Amino acid sequence: MNNLLNNGLAAAMLLAAAAGASAPAQAGATIDAIRQRGEVVCGVSTGIGGFSIADSSGQWTGLTTDFCRAVSAAVLGDAAKEKFVPLSPQQRFTALQSGEVDMLTTVATWTLTRDASLGLLYAGVYFYDGQGFLVPKSLDLKGALDLDGASICTATGTTSELNLADYFRANGKKFTPVVFESQNEARAAFFSGRCQAFSADMSYLSSVRASDAPNPDEWVILPEMISKEPLGPVVGRNDLEWYTVAKWTLMALIEAEEKGITQANVDQMKDSQDPTIQRLLGTSGDMGEKLGLDAGWAYRAIKRGGNYGEIFERNVGPKTPLRMERNANALWTQGGQMYALPVR
Amino acid sequence: MRLAGGWSDPAFRAVATQAMVLALVAGIIAFLAINLIGNLEERSIRTGFGFLWQASGFEIGQSFIAYSASSTFAKALLVGLLNTLVVAILGIVLSTIVGTIVGVASLSRNPLVKPLATTYVELVRNVPLLLQLYVWYAVLTQMLPAASAAPQLLPGLYLAKSGLHFPILHSGAGLVFGALIAGAAAALAYVAWSRRRADLTGAPALLWPRAVLLLGPAIAALLFLAASTPFDVPEPTRFGFSGGGLVTPELTALLIGLSLYNSAFIAEILRAGIMSVSRSQSEAAASLGLSRAHTLRLVIMPQALKVAVPPLASQYLNLAKNTSLAIAIGYPDLMSIGNTIINQTGQAIEVIAILMAVYLTMSLSISAFMNWYNARVALVGMK
Repeated sequence: MNNLLNNGLAAAMLLAAAAGASAPAQAGATIDAIRQRGEVVCGVSTGIGGFSIADSSGQWTGLTTDFCRAVSAAVLGDAAKEKFVPLSPQQRFTALQSGEVDMLTTVATWTLTRDASLGLLYAGVYFYDGQGFLVPKSLDLKGALDLDGASICTATGTTSELNLADYFRANGKKFTPVVFESQNEARAAFFSGRCQAFSADMSYLSSVRASDAPNPDEWVILPEMISKEPLGPVVGRNDLEWYTVAKWTLMALIEAEEKGITQANVDQMKDSQDPTIQRLLGTSGDMGEKLGLDAGWAYRAIKRGGNYGEIFERNVGPKTPLRMERNANALWTQGGQMYALPVR
Repeated sequence: MRLAGGWSDPAFRAVATQAMVLALVAGIIAFLAINLIGNLEERSIRTGFGFLWQASGFEIGQSFIAYSASSTFAKALLVGLLNTLVVAILGIVLSTIVGTIVGVASLSRNPLVKPLATTYVELVRNVPLLLQLYVWYAVLTQMLPAASAAPQLLPGLYLAKSGLHFPILHSGAGLVFGALIAGAAAALAYVAWSRRRADLTGAPALLWPRAVLLLGPAIAALLFLAASTPFDVPEPTRFGFSGGGLVTPELTALLIGLSLYNSAFIAEILRAGIMSVSRSQSEAAASLGLSRAHTLRLVIMPQALKVAVPPLASQYLNLAKNTSLAIAIGYPDLMSIGNTIINQTGQAIEVIAILMAVYLTMSLSISAFMNWYNARVALVGMK
């Protein structure tokens, strides 16, 4: 038995070590590797309408995949290409740690544990999300605390189990979790009536109500947001130059919205006399060089898919089936939290 | 051993090659372990098992021991292990019962029973287990009534989408358990005594005194408790029921799916075992005047089991390991809770090592038991 046990452990180590061995080890190596390869490899969540979902022709659309395209355009120029690797919540960090993907543009929440102890870094926040509840309208619930004693369907591989327990414990209420491996199964069980509520990130609940509910008007999302779920791009901790590029591409997209630079007018904006716009679009200064890129990095990122606001409206905004308002994701000048650090 | 012979000496060659292979394997393992530790350190990934003693922070839907979000990760794993064991043990018992019935039925001469059994086996064992689990779970959750419209089958007994709610006793589990152990001891004593008597007088050992001795004390204890202590009866609430005992649809679907799937294989194994006994054996038994029941029990079965037990053991192992499919339909088994812990702590290597060790221990225990049983039936067969 001891021998078998040891063999099992050794096998686990073998797998993990083999995975680790192929990863780039030197700082700055990621960008070199991407240039050599000619494409950025992004890990994405699967099947979340508006955030990352593949259409019938295999084309990925969504807010997070558009961010990957922006980074790709900034690094690779006009020949930018991206490869999207769909990852389950259990696979995603391992895939990044092992170097299988360059960057995660998933819907993974930024937490201290993940940032500090998994050998990776969050490069910013592209969507301020929070956990909520989807319930049948017929239950006539006023708020989440009315769910005392209810069964709640949720999926593992997210922080949702922890948030649920914290929220109900803090308010002295009880609930029974029914935890599934995949969101699909949790969702199906909820719609079959096994649970009174389905708990997941608001973004996902909106997506589910839009595309999976038998009749979207019979379901409501309760007003309470029981957790903070900032979603952002994640890169490996071993390459700070690559981390800086990802972070500042996000800043550039937000700054572009603030300055009114859009996909359509970015070419005219190159003639702008505003020094901030000039620095951003590379007509003056050497911002791109400092990042290890060329002067046109931000221009190309904006040209590819528009500024942050355009990406939001196109994928998840009020005119899409997801019907999401900007709220926390509005610019800081409009009461939201999207605030670009100064490009100078 | 003559060392002088060197490589031309076969004994020396055998030892030397084995030592070299062993050294090579040890070297590879050591290299990988060092590589792993180095990689983890370089990426500043936290390692170690200290996290087991921190508060888990998540709730579990079904638990046989007191557990809450403030319990430790280690306790959460224990809850998962117990949930897994319950399904594995009940699954083994149920699949054996169903498998035996179907196996015997498939040998029947009845023109209706035989094709029915064959159809069952072919249908059940040729559809993937995961798919069957989904079907059973969907059937249960779709067909059962909503909690608000749940019928009361008996006083305090409700069947709803949330599961089967039933009254339980507030206390006295220890007393019932004690009575069960006392009953088992009494039944064993009766078996030993009746064997001696059979050797002396030829009077056969009877089945019913064993059953009475085994279950009698436990039933008496239950009746005593039922009369003397109040029941915890499930009470309808806004969303379902509070209090009482509960069998969830997840547990039921998993148990039905696992048991039926494995029963088809067990039926085939038993059929093969029985078919392996030469027909002349039953003819000989008949000519000695043994009844059909005696022939089956005393002549056919001992020889059939000799063939059937080893494949039966691997079928049980299969069932025990397949309990890890539970997570697909929301049953909080060891694998499901391990997954949650990996996600909370990010310490995948440690948790997976623990899970592997636990599943290995479980499988090896089943294996050891079946080997013991095999040795026993094999000896009986040779007598």
